[in-house]
Amino acid sequence: MIIDINFVGLIIVSIMASAVPLILASCGELITERSGVLNLGVEGMMIIGAISGFALMTVTGSLIIAVFGAMLAGVLISTIFAFLTQTLITNHVATGLALTIFGIGISAMIGKNFVGIPGKEFPVLFEGLKDTIPLLSPILFGHSIVFYFAFALPFITSYFLKKTKIGLIVRAVGDSPESASNQGINVRFVRYACILYGGAMCGLAGAYLSMIYTPQWIENMTGGRGWIALALVVFSTWNPIKILIGAMIFGGLTIIQFHMQAIGVRIPVQFLTALPYIVTIIVLVVISRDSRKIRLSTPSSLGKSFHKDN
Amino acid sequence: MIKIVKRDQPSRAIFFFTPVLAIFLTLVAGGLIFYILGFKPFEALKFFFIVPVADMYGLSELLLKATPLCLIAIGLSFCFKSNNWNIGAEGQLTFGAIVSGGVALLFYEQERFFILPIVILAGAIGGMIYASIPAILKTYFNTNEILVSLMLVYVSKLILDYLVVGPWSNPEGFNFPETRQFSDSARLPLLFEGLRIHAGIFLALAAVVISWFVFYKTYLGFQMKVSGFSLKTAKYAGYKGKKMIILVFLISGACAGLAGVGEITGPIGQLHREVSPDYGFTAIIVAFLGRLHPVGIIFASLVVAITYLGAETAQIFMQIPKYTGQVFQGMILFFLLASDYLLFFKFKLIGSKK
Repeated sequence: MIIDINFVGLIIVSIMASAVPLILASCGELITERSGVLNLGVEGMMIIGAISGFALMTVTGSLIIAVFGAMLAGVLISTIFAFLTQTLITNHVATGLALTIFGIGISAMIGKNFVGIPGKEFPVLFEGLKDTIPLLSPILFGHSIVFYFAFALPFITSYFLKKTKIGLIVRAVGDSPESASNQGINVRFVRYACILYGGAMCGLAGAYLSMIYTPQWIENMTGGRGWIALALVVFSTWNPIKILIGAMIFGGLTIIQFHMQAIGVRIPVQFLTALPYIVTIIVLVVISRDSRKIRLSTPSSLGKSFHKDN
Repeated sequence: MIKIVKRDQPSRAIFFFTPVLAIFLTLVAGGLIFYILGFKPFEALKFFFIVPVADMYGLSELLLKATPLCLIAIGLSFCFKSNNWNIGAEGQLTFGAIVSGGVALLFYEQERFFILPIVILAGAIGGMIYASIPAILKTYFNTNEILVSLMLVYVSKLILDYLVVGPWSNPEGFNFPETRQFSDSARLPLLFEGLRIHAGIFLALAAVVISWFVFYKTYLGFQMKVSGFSLKTAKYAGYKGKKMIILVFLISGACAGLAGVGEITGPIGQLHREVSPDYGFTAIIVAFLGRLHPVGIIFASLVVAITYLGAETAQIFMQIPKYTGQVFQGMILFFLLASDYLLFFKFKLIGSKK
């Protein structure tokens, strides 16, 4: 059997492209969760980013305004979550669910007039280098700036958490808000910042979907990717580098489905689609069983409200 | 100057008042959103909340949608009261529908009186089996039930998808993703000629009565309340924590499974891809809005059911996307959670006493 090297490159690139929104949203959510906040609103923030990006691109014609506008929209919508959970001390789970439900609804309302409008072409970088080395250069060159940013983000996030002082503060707030507070750290402020940052990354992930991956607006177009991103954070055991691996696997499963059907492999498509969720549950069981392991990997105060009197 | 002061005790009057406040604020905010989007706010709200329930057919549809919401929310209230975060009712509903649908298909074209009870039982068992997964993982492996129950929702929908396009699809169905129609003996009887409201509503009402009895008249209800209030106290009192976690998940799974049965043997009459328009998630809002109280949940399920109908009417008359219903559902929960602040804190005017 002769394997066409260009075809292999094509598959790898399409897997990487499908991993981009997952990496962006997961890395954002990872920071939020590291600060002790569980935001189940990822899907809602992504869809808000998707419609905001597409709408701004159509109205203003500027891709830069659209991309940053989508991130800002993610920040704004996550401000609702931050205000409720941090200032009004509401339950994280319920508030996050409300955010997702609200986000899907409001994006469809805003997007009503943008259905069926064709998207714009998004500029790619290093296009001239695409044909220089077989297999390698199509993978490395000719992608959008968001694509490159997404693949750099896990490393940046890892560096931030491990090597910077602010990263240390974020982890301290997530692992022990009481001691952090006693050290004079403003827990509420740190958590606000981490939630808004998560919102910005989810907004960017949504904008990537509606502006670059499939340049158009479709109602509910995130199609559950927000939940996969949430699963991915758990799968990675809150380690950004593992998000990169997980996103390639999870994104790869979607791409492989098409090709397996084409080759005629008889595994139900639904089984492959379900695999990320099942694998995540297994990972959860493995890390949770050992109380030492879970203490090492999970932010200890995840999902718990912190309220300092006065 | 206004200062925020912590209350000595959560206010009971406000506990039951805030849901009403939340609904009012949702209507105001909804009107505002309609206005911003260029609709006449009052007219839009009329299409959303009054027109759909202005006739008998509309009221029947309201009860039809409120039935699964009420059933699931009752089940969830067992979990939430005892501090167990089952948010995968949608999955338990779907799995209940799969199991009961499978049983109904076994009796294809057979008419016997015992078919329906078996089908209903199968649905409850299906829901229980599915809910037992996060419960067992939580009790024996210390796994987070929020994430597990959530992940399982998608797995169940994919199992259903596989079955209706694959092995269970209707052989004469031109490859539509649906099963054969169930026989009449496997269908819940309709209550009125020409309306879709069916006997499933009695399942919901039974759940309300039973849950009220369990919550307020039994030792189990008391244990649940204590565990919800403080897990430490429950442990100190010597309650069997693990048993209770599994029990509340089973109850909640059974209710969700029954809601699934109600959908497929009531209005649908077969299995297809979309057995539930996210009733399992929306029921979480219903449980909160109803304050985890059986009677409160009845009212809450009716209020939230209107958002489903209103979205359909608004789509027809105002060309607004059907997802608009979710805007209202999300806002109700936002406002409810926000106004809970008033339970624990009060605003106090200071300076005037000087």
